Amino acid sequence: MSDVILKTVGLTKHYGGLYALEDADFELRKGEHVAIMGDNGAGKSTFVRQITGVEQRTRGKVIFNGEEVAFSGPLEAREAGIETVYQNLALADDLDVPSNLFLGREKILFNLGPFSILDFKGMKAATEAALKRTAVKIPNLGNTIRNMSGGQRQCVAIARTATFASKLIIMDEPTAALGVQETAQVENIIRQLKANGEPLILISHNMRQVFDLVDRIVVFRRGRIVANLKKEETDGQDVVAYITGAKTGIEYGDAA
Amino acid sequence: MKHVSAVAGTAAPSRRKGWPPELNALIGLIVLIVLFEILGWILKDQSFFFNKLRLSIMITQVAVVGILAIGVTQVIISGGIDLSGGSVIGATSMIAMSFAQSSVFPRAIFIEQGWVDLPIIIPILIGLAVAFTAGLINGLLVAYVKIPPFIATLGMMVTARGVALWYTQGQPISFPTDSFKAMGAGLMPVWIFLGIAIIFTLILKFTLYGKHTYAIGSNEAAARMSGINVERHLLLVYTIAGLLAGLAGLVLTARSQTAQALFGVTNELDAIAMAVIGGVSLSGGRGSILGTAIGMLIFGVIFSGFIFLSVDAYYQNMVKGAIIVGAVALDQWRQKRQAMAV
Repeated sequence: MSDVILKTVGLTKHYGGLYALEDADFELRKGEHVAIMGDNGAGKSTFVRQITGVEQRTRGKVIFNGEEVAFSGPLEAREAGIETVYQNLALADDLDVPSNLFLGREKILFNLGPFSILDFKGMKAATEAALKRTAVKIPNLGNTIRNMSGGQRQCVAIARTATFASKLIIMDEPTAALGVQETAQVENIIRQLKANGEPLILISHNMRQVFDLVDRIVVFRRGRIVANLKKEETDGQDVVAYITGAKTGIEYGDAA
Repeated sequence: MKHVSAVAGTAAPSRRKGWPPELNALIGLIVLIVLFEILGWILKDQSFFFNKLRLSIMITQVAVVGILAIGVTQVIISGGIDLSGGSVIGATSMIAMSFAQSSVFPRAIFIEQGWVDLPIIIPILIGLAVAFTAGLINGLLVAYVKIPPFIATLGMMVTARGVALWYTQGQPISFPTDSFKAMGAGLMPVWIFLGIAIIFTLILKFTLYGKHTYAIGSNEAAARMSGINVERHLLLVYTIAGLLAGLAGLVLTARSQTAQALFGVTNELDAIAMAVIGGVSLSGGRGSILGTAIGMLIFGVIFSGFIFLSVDAYYQNMVKGAIIVGAVALDQWRQKRQAMAV
């Protein structure tokens, strides 16, 4: 199974006596877009946090790109090629677009340790290329993030993941705070990522969005995976039934 | 392959780049100069601004605090504050001066040891070492012990002043060597300020150090998530601020040809006020050395304007206080307006 980019086996997270995540077995193939759905507190974000090393799992295995991994922090996960777009955007408001894209991994023209001279031209060109890849158009790259709309900010945050050769992109409710038009922009970027063959895990509450964008839907309920549905073989009502607990996948019978 | 395109920016029209706060400060400076010029012709029957002597005194007076303000500016941009600068000036001044005394003075502090008429580099290095230590401790406390910058540097402010007073039990130290005097003679403080200002403008604009300073002040969590070593960077920021305070202390000592334990008292507040007047945001992430330099000139114009109009010195402090509060109020208003505009 060399085309599996991410696999978790028995991934479990307990917060003291609270079982936030129990025995999650999950698989993502290269180029695949999978949505994670579930009610608030169902364990979606917890699941992602165990993968990206924001938190340390209680037990279980994470196999990324064929190797078992245990990231000590989100930075390590990022260096391994997992890029995460968070609900609260991790952007520096007072910096412009290229500075944000390259924050922490700036291109250097002349190495002088901490006083190294930055390669502004190189970063601008790479930013333009990244925005092209994600089909984002931002009128003025020199503008600071502070002066941008929520949608533009989200586009910058997502473009950041595409700037670097990432192997897996995780988005945690990327459109939760956006208006209709801005949501459409972000969705277009996700379609572009699909066209580019970049695998994605999308956490979303938006049923229409999920059916529009992904190949497969994984439903979480009370810390467990209760369904793994191909988009073509399910519908919105079905998914809601799994989310609310009216239905549980046959192979997950013990989770009910 | 399906091609899709998203045009970000259709939802909210992108706004023009904001009016730079440096420009506000510059306008303020020009207004003040014109005001004093008019008052000068009315009350004194002479020009305020077109007077070479007055100008050179004005600039040399503020240049020393200006050097301090450059260090403070980059601390504020990083999202912190440094209250220790004035006391570091005092401590640096006293300790450096004790190694800069000339043998013409029979009661020089280290005359028995023969440490008189030393080459200028020795008091400079000793002074900078004192300031470096103070800055380093500030940085360690803020970055690694996680003490809020206000408290950490307040502690250093009290401690460094204590060192300055303890060093000679409050006695001033005088009679520097001629070479040491030269560091503060004539327009030398202004050239030193200019050199430092240019260097730090370039550093903040074009280097990794500058980019990370703005990034940390703008969103520390984001900077950390992006892989910037925030602790190490802040340690560097506070250490550099300490070194610049030390340099200010050396220049002030050379210019005064004496060292006094109370040198630099409230200079840290002047420096912060210069930065804020020049558009450096107290919440971090925004501002420039150019802005601080303009803020410095505004300070200079006000004080030499008051002296020119023979206004009592007590009023100066009252006005200074009002300026500091006014500048912070302006900063708050700017932020609020900006938050509303987004």
